[in-house]
Amino acid sequence: MKYKAIIGLEMHCQISSTNTKVFSSAKNGFNDAPNANIQPLDMAFPGTLPVVNKEAVKKALMASMMLSCHIPKYLYFERKNYYYPDLPKGYQITQETKPAPIGSYGSLTFECHGDLKTVRINNIHLEEDSASADHFDTVSKLDYNRAGIPLLELVTEPDFRSAEEAVAFLETMRQNYQYAGISEADSKKGQIRCDVNISIMDASLEEIPENYGTKVEIKNVNSFGGVRDTIHYEIKRQIELKKNGKYEEMEQQTRRWDEQTGTTIYMRGKVDAIDYKYFIEPNIPKIKLDSSWLEEIRRQIPTLALERKQKYIEEYGLSHYDATNLVKEKEISDYYEECLTYGASPKSACNWLTSVILGYMNKYELKVSAVFVTPKMLADLMQLVEKGSISSKQAKEVLNEALMEDREPLKIIEEKGIRQMEDNGEIEEIVKEVFREFPNAKEEYKAGKTNIVDFLVGQVMKKTRGKANPAITMQFIKEEMDS
Amino acid sequence: MEYLSKGILEIHDALKNKEVTSQQLIEEATKKAKEVQEKYNAFVTILEDVQPVEEINHILSGIPYGAKDNYSTKGILSTGSSNTLKDYVPFFTATAIENLEKEGAVLCSKTVLDEFGMGGTGTTGHTGVVKNPWDKERMCAGSSAGSACVVAAGVYPYAIGSDTGDSIRKPAAYCGIVGYKPTYGMISRYGLFPFASSLDHCGVLTRNVQDAALVVDAMKGIDKNDMTSWDASAIHLYESMDGEVTGKKICYIKEICDIKNYPNASDELKEHLENFQQTIALARELGMVVEEVSVDQTLLNAIASCYVVISCAEATSNMSNLTGITFGTRSEGKNYIEEMKAYRTKGFSPLIKRRFVIGSYVLQAENKNRYFFNAQRVRRLLVDTWKKLYETYDAVLLPVGSGPAKKLEGSKDILDENMQILEEHLQVGNFGGFPSITIPNGFVNGLPVGCNITSNCYKDETVLNIAYALESKMPYKNQIAKEVQ
Repeated sequence: MKYKAIIGLEMHCQISSTNTKVFSSAKNGFNDAPNANIQPLDMAFPGTLPVVNKEAVKKALMASMMLSCHIPKYLYFERKNYYYPDLPKGYQITQETKPAPIGSYGSLTFECHGDLKTVRINNIHLEEDSASADHFDTVSKLDYNRAGIPLLELVTEPDFRSAEEAVAFLETMRQNYQYAGISEADSKKGQIRCDVNISIMDASLEEIPENYGTKVEIKNVNSFGGVRDTIHYEIKRQIELKKNGKYEEMEQQTRRWDEQTGTTIYMRGKVDAIDYKYFIEPNIPKIKLDSSWLEEIRRQIPTLALERKQKYIEEYGLSHYDATNLVKEKEISDYYEECLTYGASPKSACNWLTSVILGYMNKYELKVSAVFVTPKMLADLMQLVEKGSISSKQAKEVLNEALMEDREPLKIIEEKGIRQMEDNGEIEEIVKEVFREFPNAKEEYKAGKTNIVDFLVGQVMKKTRGKANPAITMQFIKEEMDS
Repeated sequence: MEYLSKGILEIHDALKNKEVTSQQLIEEATKKAKEVQEKYNAFVTILEDVQPVEEINHILSGIPYGAKDNYSTKGILSTGSSNTLKDYVPFFTATAIENLEKEGAVLCSKTVLDEFGMGGTGTTGHTGVVKNPWDKERMCAGSSAGSACVVAAGVYPYAIGSDTGDSIRKPAAYCGIVGYKPTYGMISRYGLFPFASSLDHCGVLTRNVQDAALVVDAMKGIDKNDMTSWDASAIHLYESMDGEVTGKKICYIKEICDIKNYPNASDELKEHLENFQQTIALARELGMVVEEVSVDQTLLNAIASCYVVISCAEATSNMSNLTGITFGTRSEGKNYIEEMKAYRTKGFSPLIKRRFVIGSYVLQAENKNRYFFNAQRVRRLLVDTWKKLYETYDAVLLPVGSGPAKKLEGSKDILDENMQILEEHLQVGNFGGFPSITIPNGFVNGLPVGCNITSNCYKDETVLNIAYALESKMPYKNQIAKEVQ
């Protein structure tokens, strides 16, 4: 490759976990009828004033901490002034870089194709979302439910070199937001929106800002797929310009991603850049960030996915594939870890969870919280298998029944009298009976047809309805063959 | 028998003793209001069918009052005296008014202001010019022009106003009454149409100092809807007023009060400043120590421009919600941008547009440091200078304006450039959020003039007590305007 891409991201993510909006007492909701979640402030009626939602600040601080950002002593908010119908006040309450926002100069390590990468975070700030606007030919529809929903805007340094890295970072952040209970971070609900900065430079040059090319900002990319496609398209477009000798003419500019055509479209150049006339929001006094409160918040941050995954692989010996599956959702990972606290072995807990429970959840599109079988129940069941009291086949059947019928596995076992036949005499008798029924078995075995053993085990199981301990059964069959 | 020209306590007693009913007071107020409206054009809305409050549990119970039309009042037209909101009927009530309602106060009207409070003349409201009840040829000053006018004319014992530069305290002086704005945040601003949020104060106009204390006692209180409000429950303005001021130290500023600073002084100004010296003498008679202090003239000269920069910057942002999109009568246009432009072009008066242009200009990236940030620095310097004075003195006493009310038209007075400081110094009270009160202190050419007492934040009781003591030495308490021409 003659060129390399220099990519930075702005990721907007709604904080979906607060009850109310960031500056008003209206509900922070997603599914409600248009314009149902509104307080006077959300439509900027004259005389209304913003009141900061402490819970939103707390979540923003958590995000800032997860990114190892510097947290200021005092929190300020600023006004970003511009006119648009979806911005009822005519300004957005946000945070700029001076005074410092809720987080600045941090970093995040993420995994991309199995490699660990680190991206520098320029800043993360807390702001309010705008109303949502749908423009049609003759009318526009405005829904102020979204106006004032708390929004985290995270700005990275231009540390990504490929679309894959950028998307891997976004996926990690989404997962982190979900893990910390900050947001559902669901782009289908419009909770995540991204802007992408891209320039290209000669691959042979040293990677320092002076050698970077002209920065192009692409606004409003609303899915991770879109981010990937935007970056691929824009890199291609810029290389094309280089090839045609037009690159030097290209000015610093803002473009937008057009999903329909899969292209980026010119919006404005640097000279038309909007002057937002920032100034400190006078209606919100500076807020002191008490260090004991910060510590309390820090303690509430759970271990994040990447760290858990590394532990699962390194300490528990799980495969990369299984570990990735287990940490995909915090609830599953928590379930898994809870099983271990009840003495389940890490590997078999992983097997039971990924093969039976996750399969059941996927089939019926359920969340962990809807699963009747608790980690304790699963761990107890696993212990019965390990002790040999029931066979794993029996356990699997019991578990399926427990899941389907919302019943405790141990109760099912008790009621149905399920147990593994462990009485040697009894098993031996049945083995002998099977040999009587298949008198040629011994000869066939000796002739090299060794899989006859499995067949015979199957027969024993059939007679005992699966209750016979398979290891003991096997032992008797082998003894009989060799006799 | 007329009651509404009396003080609040007298009216309260009359209600308690059943000499008069709330209903009768409302009738008296409405009749007077209509007369006053005819003569001085002070009202946007005179309410019909006002419900009386016959249960007299509080000092303000059953007593009529007026509110400046930039207070949001549920179900009652609230225009900000602007064409942009000429039909706007809010669905929520300002906290200050709710607090008055809880005390049984009876809102009877909405009064005219300079459009959204952005003016000092009382001439720019969408319903026209407010005339001074002492002389119809003269202005009331602004922006709480209507509230000052109706209190001076005896329609109500009090009317509430707002003060961003001197919008309560200057009209009070021009109308010969008391105007008080307490410390920033003592009264919630929730529901007050904003002009410049960091400078906006709620307050009251009355005919005596006691009444000002009584009304603000009722208006104040921490409000969950206003983060800049604070808990003032330990402050009892009326109860703490004893008139005992012996040993209090006050100062006046040489650069503002010395006639020698104004070589081209008019007779009016000379009289005004001489009169002020008499007030100082009265203060000394009361046992207060009064001293002259000096403040850097350059800093004083910067007050006006500092105010323009900060207030216009905040105003242009605060009023960006007025687009006709979510409320107000939407304008016609090809698209939303055209609609917004048409609404704002038609709705705002030229004076306001000029201020918006200034506000935008000083906030632009290339100008922000030179204008906006410098203005913030000057604000800090001025506040620090005044706070320094408060280390030695209990309050600062200064004359209000350069004389009595100005003529509405044909005024050929050429203002000495130095005189600007006399007109603008009250803005320091807004820069610092200081408690500040204007009381009448005499007459010039048969027209009232005032003086002002300002102190450090949270020293409201001190300010009121000094004002109360001075008032008691002068014959202007409870005066009602009498047309002199």
